[in-house]
Amino acid sequence: MSAYLLKRLIIAAATLVLASMVVFAVLEIIPGDPARLMLGMNASAEQVEVLRNQMGLNAPLALRYLHWAGGLLSLDFGRSYTYSVPVIDLVRERVVVSLPLALIALALSTAIAIPVGLFSASRRGRAGDAIAMGVAQFGVAVPNFWFALMLIYLFAVWLRLVPAGGFPGWGAGAWPALKSLLLPAVALALPQAAILARVARSALIEVLNEDYIRTARAKGMPYRAVLWRHALRNAMIPVLTILGLQFAFLLAGTIIIENVFYLPGLGRLLFQAITQRDLIVVESVVMLLVAAVIAVNLLVDLSYAVVDPRLRSRQ
Amino acid sequence: MSLLEIENLSLSIGDTPILKGVELAVAPGEVMGLVGESGSGKSMTALAVMRLMPFAARASGRVAFDGIDILAASEDQMCALRGDDIGMVFQEPMTALNPVKTIGEQVAEGIRWHTKASRAEAEEQARKILDRVGLPSAKFPLSRYPHELSGGQRQRVVIAIACALKPKLLIADEPTTALDVVLQAQILDLLRDLVAENRMGLLLISHDLAVVTAMADKITIMRHGEVMEAGDTARTLSGQLHPYTRQLAQASMHVPARPRPHTAGSARPLLQVDGVTRDYPGRRSSLFRRAAPIRAVDDVSLSIEPGQSVALVGRSGCGKSTLARMILALDKSTSGTIRFSGETITGRSEAELKPARRDMQVVFQDPYGSFDPRQKVEKLVAEPLHVLDKKPANAERRELVAHALHEVGLGPRDMDKYPHEFSGGQRQRLSIARAIITRPKLVVADEPVSALDVSIRAQILDLFAELNQKLGIAYLFITHDLTVARAITDEVLVMHEGRIVERGKTGAVLDHPQSEAARALVRAAPDLHRAIARRLQEQG
Repeated sequence: MSAYLLKRLIIAAATLVLASMVVFAVLEIIPGDPARLMLGMNASAEQVEVLRNQMGLNAPLALRYLHWAGGLLSLDFGRSYTYSVPVIDLVRERVVVSLPLALIALALSTAIAIPVGLFSASRRGRAGDAIAMGVAQFGVAVPNFWFALMLIYLFAVWLRLVPAGGFPGWGAGAWPALKSLLLPAVALALPQAAILARVARSALIEVLNEDYIRTARAKGMPYRAVLWRHALRNAMIPVLTILGLQFAFLLAGTIIIENVFYLPGLGRLLFQAITQRDLIVVESVVMLLVAAVIAVNLLVDLSYAVVDPRLRSRQ
Repeated sequence: MSLLEIENLSLSIGDTPILKGVELAVAPGEVMGLVGESGSGKSMTALAVMRLMPFAARASGRVAFDGIDILAASEDQMCALRGDDIGMVFQEPMTALNPVKTIGEQVAEGIRWHTKASRAEAEEQARKILDRVGLPSAKFPLSRYPHELSGGQRQRVVIAIACALKPKLLIADEPTTALDVVLQAQILDLLRDLVAENRMGLLLISHDLAVVTAMADKITIMRHGEVMEAGDTARTLSGQLHPYTRQLAQASMHVPARPRPHTAGSARPLLQVDGVTRDYPGRRSSLFRRAAPIRAVDDVSLSIEPGQSVALVGRSGCGKSTLARMILALDKSTSGTIRFSGETITGRSEAELKPARRDMQVVFQDPYGSFDPRQKVEKLVAEPLHVLDKKPANAERRELVAHALHEVGLGPRDMDKYPHEFSGGQRQRLSIARAIITRPKLVVADEPVSALDVSIRAQILDLFAELNQKLGIAYLFITHDLTVARAITDEVLVMHEGRIVERGKTGAVLDHPQSEAARALVRAAPDLHRAIARRLQEQG
């Protein structure tokens, strides 16, 4: 088990380093001089050069990478070119919006998908299954921002249950803050839940054909008990895999959803930073998202071992 | 008064009738053998007793267990019966246990479900039954997972699950088919003891007439969903009044004719294996210590002459398949040399191996798994032709395929079919056609008939014998079935724990085994002649 853990940790760390190199290199390659952008089009070449020196943009590439990466490790992300405040302060404000949003969406999609998968698998080929999977098919096909608009129309404009957008801040109390995250989370979660439900259904159906299900039935356990006690845990492996992969899409989805709902989250920060060529902010936020995806996938790898004893004993 | 009574049981799935008027009865303490070839409906009969048939199945007739009408019982009643009064053991022990639960959990689960015992009580009872089936607590604590157990040990766990609550009836569906003969004998002994201890009725389902004869008091023979013959085992099998019974018995003991047996020492060896060893990396005990390697094949030497048929027998896990893979140059030996037709093949590149590959082909055990289901027979059978120096043109290729199909008893029209259009036996013919299309000098056959029904098996053995006589192909038969070895080989090599422990003329080794390993194999091997003789003594 410890060997498995160590191996996974090393792989995760290596992925993170590699990703940081790619992020850094890509932003080096794309055109646009941040110093020129900060000073405006009318600044002289000398002025730009002075600022470039000040910002350390003229140092060798490797050195700048090491400096930047070293800063990341100590949570010193540098200063934003446009806001002239430490990036970490910007990020800190936004994380408290985006992280709860992503987590609520993840929890919601799992909470919807697993029961729907169980329902469909246990009624395979019957009307209930067909309806559930038809709805899921629709959910897979429809983009989340369209869902978002429909949800706003229904719950905010028509029923007036929740705000249509904006974020009051956690200072305004937990409930108002949560309420404004509810619709965006649902909009993010539904398409994900649709995919996950289909995966859960097919994984369960495959497991239900296994010999050990028949053994459990021969013990005298009712179908439903067998489904819960024997099938579900074995079907979790593919479900976890998809869950890990979906997390990346969930984060990408927050960029769109935060813009639709005017949420001051990381997604909006990233979007604005890109339009303003605030490269240091872009780099930092992207790295943060990369780290989050890697961390979640590490968790998924570790939960495989929790689910499946065969992975624990393998070296 | 019978424990289980099946009267006029018919069952169909959609419009396809599976069972037609099946009659069968099992009394307490009695062993009823249910014999038939695949598709005869014997497993479906068992599932009908458990009422675990596929959803689409429709059954009529009467199945009565201990006075309860099974077909009319509610699902709750059935759940109460299953695992408590009726236990069931299945064919494939490797997949019959849930991989993510410990054996203790899986045995205790049924006990808790039926008796409402506390976890501790149920585990205590689970411990007892595991001890009883031969899995003592020192080596097999309840916390073991199925993947840490071998096939025979897993089958013991399945038997423990089925027998934990001392059922009145145990249904065993091919319980030993996936096990080697020595394990088979042990499991059959265990079942026999459990029947005697608890006066349990046993419905033993098998395609192996010898196994059933050795075990069963009474026998029911099925074919195409119908009962052909039923009665006392001794009388039924000694009389062989029903033509199908006779056919089954003869096929089980079939020895193909080989008018010109191989005479040894006539030529220089076709295959020469010298001191071959294969190590696999072992499991690491800690992160920093190197694991001790596992020696799968240990200093093995052997030789096969042209046209000679040699059996490599041994228990599962003894290294015979690893050895075969090295002979076929599909695996690299750790040390030692293998020479084929005078050429060394160990340590050669794929290009240099081409001539050897042409002269050496393989037939695998599973006729279902060894073909790509999306390719036509022409392409599948022609596959080995790519090792020829000069690739045949299309017309010539079709001719070669047609010829190979003809030699294995199939027609040229079969060329344009897909594998699923063939039966198991026909598929094994296809794999033989694929093996002989390059006119090889040696065919390695890994358990080529063990997945086949007895009558098909007899036909395939005949085919092997005929091709040996006609084309002079030498065989290396890898098998744990001594009847196959006896039927078709000149010489036997007995392998045990990676080593060859005995070799000699087939008849001599099987009649007078010298090594302990060979004696154990011979003792455990089911033999229809012996079993019938013993039955006749017992039943008069």
